[in-house]
Amino acid sequence: MSTHTGGVPEPYGRPGAPPPPERPATVARERVNYLNVSYGVRSWLLTTDHKRIALLYLGAITVMFAIGGIFATLIRLELITPQGDMVQSETYNKLFTMHGVVMVFFFLIPSIPAVLGNFLIPIMVGARDLAFPRINLLSWYVYMVGAAFTMYAMITGGVDTGWTFYVPYSTHYSNTHVIATGLGIFITGFSSILTGLNFIVTIHKMRAPGLTWWRLPLFVWAHYATSLIMILGTPVIAVTVLMVALERGLHLGIFDPALGGDPVLFQHLFWFYSHPAVYIMILPAMGVVSELVQGMSRKKVFGYSFIAVSSLAIAMLGFLVWGHHMFVAGQSVYAGLVFSGISYLVAIPSAIKVFNWTATLYKGSVSLDTPMLYAVGFIGLFTIGGLTGLFLAALGLDVHVHDTYFVVAHFHYIMVGGAIMGYLGGLHYWWPKISGRLYPEMWGRVAAITIFMGFNLTFFPQFILGYLGMPRRYHYYPEEFQILHVMSSAGASILAVGYLLPLVYFTWSMRYGPRAGANPWDARGLEWEIDSPPPTENFRVQPVVTDRTYEYGSEEEARIV
Amino acid sequence: MAEPAAHPEAHAEPHDHIVPVGTYILVFLALMVGTGGTVAASYLDLGIWNTPVAMLIAVTKASLVVFFFMHLKYSPKLYWVWVGAAIFFLAQLILGVGADLLAHLFLNLGNPGT
Amino acid sequence: MSSLSEAAPAAGAHHPALRHHFDSLATQKESSLLGMWVFIAQEILFFGGMLTCYAVYRNVYYDAFAAGSHHLDVPLGTVNTAVLICSSLTMALGVHAAALGKRKATVLFLLLTILLGSVFLGIKVVEYADKFHHHLVPGPTYSVESLRDAKGQPLLEDSDIARHSEIFFALYFGLTGLHALHMIIGIPIIAFMAWSAWRGRFGPAYYTPVEITGLYWHFVDIVWIFLFPLLYLIPHHG
Repeated sequence: MSTHTGGVPEPYGRPGAPPPPERPATVARERVNYLNVSYGVRSWLLTTDHKRIALLYLGAITVMFAIGGIFATLIRLELITPQGDMVQSETYNKLFTMHGVVMVFFFLIPSIPAVLGNFLIPIMVGARDLAFPRINLLSWYVYMVGAAFTMYAMITGGVDTGWTFYVPYSTHYSNTHVIATGLGIFITGFSSILTGLNFIVTIHKMRAPGLTWWRLPLFVWAHYATSLIMILGTPVIAVTVLMVALERGLHLGIFDPALGGDPVLFQHLFWFYSHPAVYIMILPAMGVVSELVQGMSRKKVFGYSFIAVSSLAIAMLGFLVWGHHMFVAGQSVYAGLVFSGISYLVAIPSAIKVFNWTATLYKGSVSLDTPMLYAVGFIGLFTIGGLTGLFLAALGLDVHVHDTYFVVAHFHYIMVGGAIMGYLGGLHYWWPKISGRLYPEMWGRVAAITIFMGFNLTFFPQFILGYLGMPRRYHYYPEEFQILHVMSSAGASILAVGYLLPLVYFTWSMRYGPRAGANPWDARGLEWEIDSPPPTENFRVQPVVTDRTYEYGSEEEARIV
Repeated sequence: MAEPAAHPEAHAEPHDHIVPVGTYILVFLALMVGTGGTVAASYLDLGIWNTPVAMLIAVTKASLVVFFFMHLKYSPKLYWVWVGAAIFFLAQLILGVGADLLAHLFLNLGNPGT
Repeated sequence: MSSLSEAAPAAGAHHPALRHHFDSLATQKESSLLGMWVFIAQEILFFGGMLTCYAVYRNVYYDAFAAGSHHLDVPLGTVNTAVLICSSLTMALGVHAAALGKRKATVLFLLLTILLGSVFLGIKVVEYADKFHHHLVPGPTYSVESLRDAKGQPLLEDSDIARHSEIFFALYFGLTGLHALHMIIGIPIIAFMAWSAWRGRFGPAYYTPVEITGLYWHFVDIVWIFLFPLLYLIPHHG
């Protein structure tokens, strides 16, 4: 256990150094904080406190994650055998569709921004709240209404078009609840837009005195880039699913070849948002990892400005590469060439980040506590996911592995290995700040390692499956693929245990965990200078920032490092 | 941050640029002329230039509204950046989709017979 | 660590409209304005998705689009454009009056804006009714019998140009419908602003809500400035 109490002048985290046993006496009596300031359902449902809204989101997306996870479980159960012996094809189509819809739109996209971003951004910029607290609450309700629509669609029979809603299947042939699901996504999109808008204005206008752009934590930079995509990308998917719903209901012809419409146009519009949406998922996770790496190695982050600017570069480039999802969809070859080339460029800012995180670890006082385990897990898995992404960006190879399990494995390495590892790492790192309690460190490490092992066992075989030719979205398959599918399903069950553990011990720690001091990791940043949990107004006095975040130790120590 | 402390009034009292009413009227008249112009131009045979002319007039009118009615001319450059970013990405969308779809619609779905 | 809020209580600090998490009315105003501009950036791409469809199909199916466009009522469209520009002017004057603290003028101009906006929507209803009457609403009842091609001849049922004209009307209703929806949302907001202004909630120090409502309304006007030539004024030649 290498939790530190603030202001210890000794070198930190040396192997064998005795853990500081005492906790500051000040936390013995509980001060008024955002959790105990008022009680009752109304005080939560009508709150405008960004920290409480973050917890509302946490609850909502945890439920959605569980629902998406149940669908994943059923998929992996079905795939244990080559025959379709558990569910029929129709049901299987619904399972993978609803898994995708719930996980992408209702869990991954809001996960880090709406929970950790909501909680931390005002604190990190030294503000008392987000710029528009009521809009923030509204965004949660909008999210819930969108989720309700989608839940309605699922309960009354589900949807089977795949989460991509490709026309003309979604507009003409599917007999499932496409319109209700589409409206759910349309509505939830506005929640995303409102969150992004709030972040942008807060970061621009509400920074504490002295907190210049180049002193901002990297988490904030990453969320600025994310918000850019949320604001400029989401409206396109909103209007696109709206057109699908209208086309389905009224047969307008916009995407209907019988009237001269073009299904490929739908794919263009869909991926214009949905490719950047991947960066909505991964950029906040990168922001989290930037914080974890410096906080847990107790060293100033290496290449600060490069990490900061590469977030913006990823957001910008992310808008220009959507066509690499459509290499075999009837897109013209020339467009394919251009999109393939630009897709390679995304590797540059991504690699800049990975190198800088690694360089930050170098000669740092690395502690292998849970958040760090998630951070290094992220770096490794994201690297695999990113490099296989380069395979897929290559026009020639993509024709071979398009729509196979290779693609499935690739994007799960990014979304699960990347985004969810980042989310869980961040949740562990800031849990003492959020709840005021410490989670059991041993169990935390067990869960992190279980998730890492389970994840790799689940998804690495899928690379091989895909390369050998197993197409995605089928539940019948040749018998020679069975061994790999069984490995994958076995991994998924380990992964499920890994995800259940944090749910249990976080819940346990809220009541029984030891109280955390203001700065249990002895990290730097405004959020560690206030109480855990923070008071409603965050800062009892207006903070004034005089230096860049991440300044560790005294001058002498800095020179040693 | 000594500056705001030294000039508390500077931040407390919003000092907006008040655009004279005459400017609004002039912009309004220009918009009306532009509307008439765009209708008139649509009845002229300008060959391939009909659409560019119509769009040029529309962009001019929109700029007048943005810069004067919406005060962008007197506003922080940050607003310019955001509007510019939106227009940039919209242009990307239209150009990217347009370039690809024109190619393949003309090749596959176009109807040379009609 | 010094405390700004203690050291320099801003002069507007106790204005009733100042929300607790802002230090000054100026910051609050800048935040609201930035928020509205960012929202407008979002709106540009919201309309942009459908405009992209329009741009593609108009170039591919030019004749069908011209035939559809010629059925639209140019005089009514022109009048509507003028009405909307007038409403933009009254909105700008309303904000101007609010900035100078002229309460009655603010209310008057906002009410005029509502009136002009309603006239626009009324004319829109007349136009939509005409399309319903001529079976030009995309869907099972769609019929091209009232459309004419470049030579003034009726379009043949089942011809390509007839099929493609349905896309034009789909986009016509989609784009003008989204635009009208924005106005329908805008009018109650302006009404609320007029009411608030009447109650004396605004003054030279604080009229941000009127100002951002104005931004929204002007943006809706700009959308129409583009939609009008794109939808109504497609020449047969070209």
